[in-house]
Amino acid sequence: MLDTFVIPLLQIAVLVNALLVTVTFLVLMERKVMGWAQARLGPMRVGPYGILQAIVDPIKLILKEDITPANADRFVFTLAPIMSLVPALVVFSVIPFGPEQPYYIADINVGLLFIISVTSIGVYGIILGGWSSNSKYPLLASLRASAQLISYEIAVVMTLVSVVLTAGTLNMIGIVEAQREAGLWFAFVQPVACVLVFIGGLAETNRLPFDLPEAETELTGGFHTEYSGMRFSLFFLAEYANIIVISAIVALMFFGGWMRPFPNVEALAFLDLIPGWVWFCGKIFFFLYLFVWIRATFPRYRYDQLMAIGWKVLIPIAIGNLVLTGIAKVVL
Amino acid sequence: MLEAYIPIFLFILVAVGFAIFTLIVAGLVHPSRYNRVKLQPYECGIEPLTDARDRYSVRYYLVAMLFVIFDVETVFMFPWAVVMDELLLFGLIEMLIFLFILIVGYAYAWRKGALEWT
Repeated sequence: MLDTFVIPLLQIAVLVNALLVTVTFLVLMERKVMGWAQARLGPMRVGPYGILQAIVDPIKLILKEDITPANADRFVFTLAPIMSLVPALVVFSVIPFGPEQPYYIADINVGLLFIISVTSIGVYGIILGGWSSNSKYPLLASLRASAQLISYEIAVVMTLVSVVLTAGTLNMIGIVEAQREAGLWFAFVQPVACVLVFIGGLAETNRLPFDLPEAETELTGGFHTEYSGMRFSLFFLAEYANIIVISAIVALMFFGGWMRPFPNVEALAFLDLIPGWVWFCGKIFFFLYLFVWIRATFPRYRYDQLMAIGWKVLIPIAIGNLVLTGIAKVVL
Repeated sequence: MLEAYIPIFLFILVAVGFAIFTLIVAGLVHPSRYNRVKLQPYECGIEPLTDARDRYSVRYYLVAMLFVIFDVETVFMFPWAVVMDELLLFGLIEMLIFLFILIVGYAYAWRKGALEWT
């Protein structure tokens, strides 16, 4: 009873809270970094250096009027943000923050498969949200978004197969332990896969340079143009939770998760003083920063370019990488 | 083995509960002063003339079809990748044949222009 229900519930409570706080501060970080990148200061009004902005924003969103457009499908219109948020949160149940009990919630042997399948459920939230709004821009944006998400998913999943091939397991803890045995982060064993998964991650989270579904110059606000108030915030939360998921996956699969750099070099053993989950969170934040940095740096692709990159560049590279990994596995 | 999934089910319950709870709480505190114009779909200030659920490009349908095919084929690769340590050369040749068939289909789709977006 205690082990099966109470402790997991406590872990879930801690994780969900940590996630919500991270998302609010991630938004602040994004605005700050974007500001600095454009020689502005970013938010400065609320609290010292605008830090309290992260607390004020959610309160404002809760207090905002929540509009359901007259022609919208009311039930689906409310269902869509929930459908979008739930998978984004649930993925975290199999993301380990460390190798032993308090640091992971569920240790299942098909962890990676679970992550892939659950994250792709999020597409339903987007397409239902766009469709149920019964407005032209959201519908166009949701069509774009779903086409983009499923296109890049193929390349990403195929690339992840080559990582599974290297690790020999689908278990997330197993994949990190395989990196300890190899003595190398998989970023060095599978550099192509690493870059591919990150690019695919940018596309799957609708971030620049792939933010076509939200292209505000052509589609006003993307698939959630008609959304406001709390339902909009759920979409917003899901989007940022997904960014954290992608960062966590990249950190786990290619950058050794909770392991310190160079896990086999004895001379660096003093780095173990820092607990594993801190390393892991640090790595996640590095990739979160990278997401913002890329947003500040790159312009947006055109839609046909986006699809061409997904189908004609990333998929051939993914297949090639897979074949090479297979051959290397047999030869070595 | 199945016990490992209990926390995941709990997590799903918590996530759904959280989403519904926040919607209800926000529903209690937010103002609701609606009028006809506010409830119109947003079209940059122009009165919407038609229903938004119109016909759309067949390209999206094609992409969805291609996705289903490729994704199912990718799923077959996961078990193979896990047991590759035992199969080695046999497994590699098997998978190369599988990938060859996949690539033939891919090349066909490419030549037929299914991947063009113009």
